[in-house]
Amino acid sequence: MYDIIIVGAGPAGMTAAIYGRRAGKSVLVLEAASYGGQIINTPDVENYPSAAHISGFDLATQIYEQAKALGAEFAFEKVTGIEDGDVKTVVTAKNRYEGRAVIIATGSENRKLGVAGEDELVGRGVSYCATCDGAFYRKKTVAVVGGGNTALEDALYLADLAEKVYLIHRRDQFRGDETTVARLRERENVELVLNSRVTGLIAEKKLKAVEVTDKDGNTSQLEVNGLFVAVGRVPENQNFASVIELDGAGYAVAGENCRTRSAGIFVAGDNRVKDVRQLVTATADGAVAATEAIKYLA
Amino acid sequence: MAVIEVNKDNFASEVLSSDKPVVADFYADWCGPCKALRPILEELSGEREDVKFVSVNIDDEDELADEYDVSSIPCVVVFKNGQEAARSIGIKPKDAIEEMVGGA
Repeated sequence: MYDIIIVGAGPAGMTAAIYGRRAGKSVLVLEAASYGGQIINTPDVENYPSAAHISGFDLATQIYEQAKALGAEFAFEKVTGIEDGDVKTVVTAKNRYEGRAVIIATGSENRKLGVAGEDELVGRGVSYCATCDGAFYRKKTVAVVGGGNTALEDALYLADLAEKVYLIHRRDQFRGDETTVARLRERENVELVLNSRVTGLIAEKKLKAVEVTDKDGNTSQLEVNGLFVAVGRVPENQNFASVIELDGAGYAVAGENCRTRSAGIFVAGDNRVKDVRQLVTATADGAVAATEAIKYLA
Repeated sequence: MAVIEVNKDNFASEVLSSDKPVVADFYADWCGPCKALRPILEELSGEREDVKFVSVNIDDEDELADEYDVSSIPCVVVFKNGQEAARSIGIKPKDAIEEMVGGA
């Protein structure tokens, strides 16, 4: 039996572990594969106070080592559900762990396009991370799908590497920053494909082309070597719907105190309803959720 | 056992002609998820003497990356008898990698 079980070893979960251990509570952190969360994809973090430049992986490793040194336990098992009660049971594929309080800090994952063949083509032309995989497309033709800042910044990043970049967006206006849109419009090798959706992937072992359908229903094909999907993120709360309230988009409904409708179950980080999703707001949630959990245990 | 770095000159002898199954980790130094995956592979390499673990730096060995159609990293490719037997992209838990290798 643990005092606090934390689901997710990103910045929010690991910060909660630090606060829990410093209050003398026993802490178990459960994570599907490896610590760090989404931030490990970021090559250079420049907005975390005291670290002017640090890679996301190095930052995550420092938080992990800090939590470990304080005595937090980590187990790499995917959590499949939580059973509420005076004692909570956190269920993984292999084990059942008992805790008096639980903090859900599962973050979010990339939203998929939902086009046939997408999963099979990941790593064979389909990518969700331009800064990770852009280097494979030097002097090649790529498409980016999406209309937010991530899509715009991905297109700009890829424009420096690839020979040609299509930016496919279902509307004629972008949600992202106008300055980034203006910079994109200046690039000769960027072509905007507006009012259009990706409706098919044409592949022969690897991606060869994408089928695009415009708002009038006309379809066309664009020959590309790579497709970068940047259509947002989805919170990873689906396994916890029985114990926490979710909004229409799947985010956990909880105020700044991180409390959920189940006493003793808290949420922290990007999977919570909030306006700003940044490293500092994730770690802040971790501190708040742990403090609330400690109060609950008192 | 550890994870051995290979290149295009010894890829055939170390990987394709290996009598054991080979887990090849295509990575780059700038790739955070690759760094997160490596300790999982190192741990596994200590437990599985019946499997060989190698790493391929895709910046230095772009010909190998190209030959094996690697376009997203970390990319783990399992070779058995010189043939690709399984492949995964991204960070995977230890059991998922073991499952890819199979009973060997």
